[in-house]
Amino acid sequence: MIALLLRDLRLALRAGGGFGLGLAFFLIVTVMVPFSVGPQSALLSSIAPGVLWLGALLACLLSLDRLLALDWEDGSLDLLATAPLPLEGVVSVKALAHWITTGLPLVLAAPVLGVLLNLPAQGFLWIVVSLALGTPALSVIGTFGAALTVGLKRGGLLLSLLVMPLYVPTLIFGAEVARRGAQGMDAITPMLMLAGISAGAIALLPFASAAVLRVNLR
Amino acid sequence: MSLWEYANPKKFLATSERVLPAFWALSGLCLVVGLVWGFFFTPDDFRQGSTVKIIYLHVPSALMAINAWLMMLVASLIWLVRRHHVSALAARAAAPVGVAMTLIALVTGAIWGQPMWGTWWAWDPRLTSFLILFLFYLGYIALWAAIDNPDTAADLTSVLCLVGSVFALLSRYAVNFWNQGLHQGASLSLDKEKNVADVFYQPLLVCIAGFVLLFVALVLYRTGTEIRARRMRALIARERAGAA
Repeated sequence: MIALLLRDLRLALRAGGGFGLGLAFFLIVTVMVPFSVGPQSALLSSIAPGVLWLGALLACLLSLDRLLALDWEDGSLDLLATAPLPLEGVVSVKALAHWITTGLPLVLAAPVLGVLLNLPAQGFLWIVVSLALGTPALSVIGTFGAALTVGLKRGGLLLSLLVMPLYVPTLIFGAEVARRGAQGMDAITPMLMLAGISAGAIALLPFASAAVLRVNLR
Repeated sequence: MSLWEYANPKKFLATSERVLPAFWALSGLCLVVGLVWGFFFTPDDFRQGSTVKIIYLHVPSALMAINAWLMMLVASLIWLVRRHHVSALAARAAAPVGVAMTLIALVTGAIWGQPMWGTWWAWDPRLTSFLILFLFYLGYIALWAAIDNPDTAADLTSVLCLVGSVFALLSRYAVNFWNQGLHQGASLSLDKEKNVADVFYQPLLVCIAGFVLLFVALVLYRTGTEIRARRMRALIARERAGAA
């Protein structure tokens, strides 16, 4: 499993792996927001948590179609399916690699972009906490979507249509944590819900992902 | 005699064709009686005026929008466990009907909400969860349409339906947490003393019966169409193979 994780990380980091594209997209979305709603700092600071969450979610979504498609095309997915490692383990490792290369950089970049959006001072901790708890769920749910659409020629748009509704609960609770935190309100309840969604998704969804991947590899 | 006999497409077609006219007639009758009774022979509400009568379309369609998804869930489970093709095709046939019901509920709700709440749309938990349900339906149908191999498509959409059900339920409670509601509580429930006033209640029950029957009739009919379409494809494929 560790070997597979290292392989995926190396592939993502080296040339053509697309590492950093998600991060750049996150940056560009955040920079575009003041252009579209105007530069008033009061308005920006009130929408900052939501914009950061939406940007992170879109950045995750965009990187999903590369998650399994490359391995599908060159046939290494078939090899992985016949390997002694169960397919559930393979998809879990894939999700973990996606989180390390996409989710984790987003978590770390969010406070910096928060400065651009005039995020209130007490909100910085909460945006990091909420993204750190929420992005694993985004990666795992996204892996399920990628496994569903891996056999399709033009799965990209369909993937968004399938994954977006599944992202709703995570987005609601994640953005709620960030918003309440930024306004200095108690953010513990939505944070527990967010952690619960992440834990449940990590525990159960790999089985669904592996099941649909088996169907697609049939 | 067991339910599983209808897993045989031939048997399913024969029986459904025999009962379909009865379903069409009964649902038509219920809808005409219920709607005419509701629209013309019930008093106007003392606060809402005649707009209250949109309830006869809104409540039954909202009910069926959720029940259609439940039916798809059961049919998907049957397909995953017992691999009966009729079951998968029934789930496929039910989805567009469910979308139509969801749309009717959303649109009638907006038409009612405009004079009553003063707005076409509010981000109320119930409204929002219906919109999310609508998106789930769209994704499900799009996945069916995108995959060529019918067995693969049935498998993938079934798993999507299961996972989607969990997340749809989760969203339902998440939006409750997210925003306060404008929508009134349930109009009907089995364990409540008092429902909507009797004058509105009785025609509403007739309308609901009409919608349920209409849904069953549409799903049976569409499932029959799907079975025939698949047979046709098999015949064409066989002929091509014979010619070559």
